[in-house]
Amino acid sequence: MNSTDWTIHEMADALRAGRVTSRKLTEDALARIAATDGKLHAWLTVANDFALAQADAADMRLAAGDATPLTGVPLAIKDNFNVTGLPARAASKILGNYVAPYESTATARLRAAGAVLVGKTNHDEFAMGSSGEYSAFGPTHNPWNLDYSPGGSSSGSAAAVAARHVPGALGTDTGGSIRQPASHSGIVGIKPTYGRISRYGIFAFASSLDQVGPFARTTRDAALLLQTMAGVDPRDATSAPVPVPDYLAACARGPQGLRIGVPKEYFVEGISPDVAAAVRGALAKLEGAGAKIVEISLPHTEYCVAAYYIIAPAEASSNLARYDGVRYGYRSRDVRDLSDMYTRSRLEGFGPEVTRRILIGTFALSSGYYDAYYGKAQKARTLIRRDFLDAFRTVDVICAPTAPETAIKLGERVDDPLAMYVSDILTISVNLAGLPGLVLPCGKDRGGLPIGLQIIGPAFGEERVFQTAAAYENARGFDWTWPEVRP
Amino acid sequence: MKLVIDRRLVLHVAALARLQVKEEDLDRLTRQMSEILGYVDKLEELDLANVEPTSHALELLGALQADAVQAGLAPEALFDNAPDATPPFVRVPKVVEGGGDA
Repeated sequence: MNSTDWTIHEMADALRAGRVTSRKLTEDALARIAATDGKLHAWLTVANDFALAQADAADMRLAAGDATPLTGVPLAIKDNFNVTGLPARAASKILGNYVAPYESTATARLRAAGAVLVGKTNHDEFAMGSSGEYSAFGPTHNPWNLDYSPGGSSSGSAAAVAARHVPGALGTDTGGSIRQPASHSGIVGIKPTYGRISRYGIFAFASSLDQVGPFARTTRDAALLLQTMAGVDPRDATSAPVPVPDYLAACARGPQGLRIGVPKEYFVEGISPDVAAAVRGALAKLEGAGAKIVEISLPHTEYCVAAYYIIAPAEASSNLARYDGVRYGYRSRDVRDLSDMYTRSRLEGFGPEVTRRILIGTFALSSGYYDAYYGKAQKARTLIRRDFLDAFRTVDVICAPTAPETAIKLGERVDDPLAMYVSDILTISVNLAGLPGLVLPCGKDRGGLPIGLQIIGPAFGEERVFQTAAAYENARGFDWTWPEVRP
Repeated sequence: MKLVIDRRLVLHVAALARLQVKEEDLDRLTRQMSEILGYVDKLEELDLANVEPTSHALELLGALQADAVQAGLAPEALFDNAPDATPPFVRVPKVVEGGGDA
């Protein structure tokens, strides 16, 4: 028996039927991580004792008949979440030896449901990056081909799920950091509507764009994880007081009558032919299953990258002002005075991409440049958002590629920040508009690297997104397989 | 805008952000900022005269908390993460030079 091959739902069934214990599932996960993570570097912290203690508690809960479908299921958490008692460093040196003294709401809800948190995963420092290579602790490798990036910023969570270390994981998505690695790693990932999941206890990057979301290997597993975490939280004033519908029920609805919009702007310029063909193929399957495909226009698509790479750095420069070496995190030694301590701690603690974004953001907010840069970007954001509002007057969901190309080779783009930014063009619009977006595998390129279909819904329209994704999964017509990582 | 990003401007912005930039990184950062902000000039093509800015994507009523006393973190737990502390104080280097008469 190799329990690491199971989905969350398969684990839940086996646990409830008494065919396996959470301790066994957790030991299997830990063994697989120990055997293969030397090749992947998906994890920054593997918390063996912490995980096994949760597993034993889950087994008692199962025995007492007090279990939820997540009770006893091992999961991975991105390092930019606070999980009480575990290191939390946002993959940055500036956090030093920080150990979380409190719990994020998202992980608290998973733990309350009985999930077993195995540890913390690697990602681009402060979630700023698209390949995982800006982690202060070294890059994660793609389980499909170790020479490639698994995507980013949530590189480790995506790789850990694709490599079957765990059946589910948490990430954050500010400009595509869940959807793009889900696409490049051949798994399912969803960024929910802004406000759907509390942001309390995650390291803030860009507060008007950041959103928590799950990775899994099936749409139904992702729906279960979202269901568990969603809903208003008094500790996050931007969490939405909107009822949480039944996402698993939505997965069973079928595609008949769904109107799917396909934005013509998402298929132009620089899209790899393999990616375009796989996405067109997926749309044909959905059409064959009863959905209606409609071409639509999102006319301001070409301005998304420019608007985003002012707004996100501006918010980041403000959020990251708190890292000054005073009360927690890294502090430079041998400094002249307080001011010198601030600047040296920040110089030595922040990596190159975080430094760039702080500089860009500070510039965009600085006296004399604010209106010309930040003000303009915020107005462009209004136009980008309106494009989606207009589109959703005529369609239920929008389907598109996730990224112009499949995974990139490690090292290929790390010194070319602008090229890295431009590759985010198909995901960042969704963050600017605050919408839900789900990605699931729809094929591979000629080199065998996965391609993901992106399904975008209206605000709080996750049900339609899950409905479409599950319908495609059923109609896909091939069994998705998982990469083997040799120890 | 046709703004020229030079070393002086990068150093000015770095000072605002309380970031020290190493001399050997300055030319690279200047070039990269110049490329990125040059790309952003694309927004100039848009007519934004009558467009309202968006600071948040969704018009939501904030989830306000009841104005009631709640348990928080124990203060001791916070000092565990401090680089240099003698609870209830955090120690930092000298704030101002000199001393004596103020």
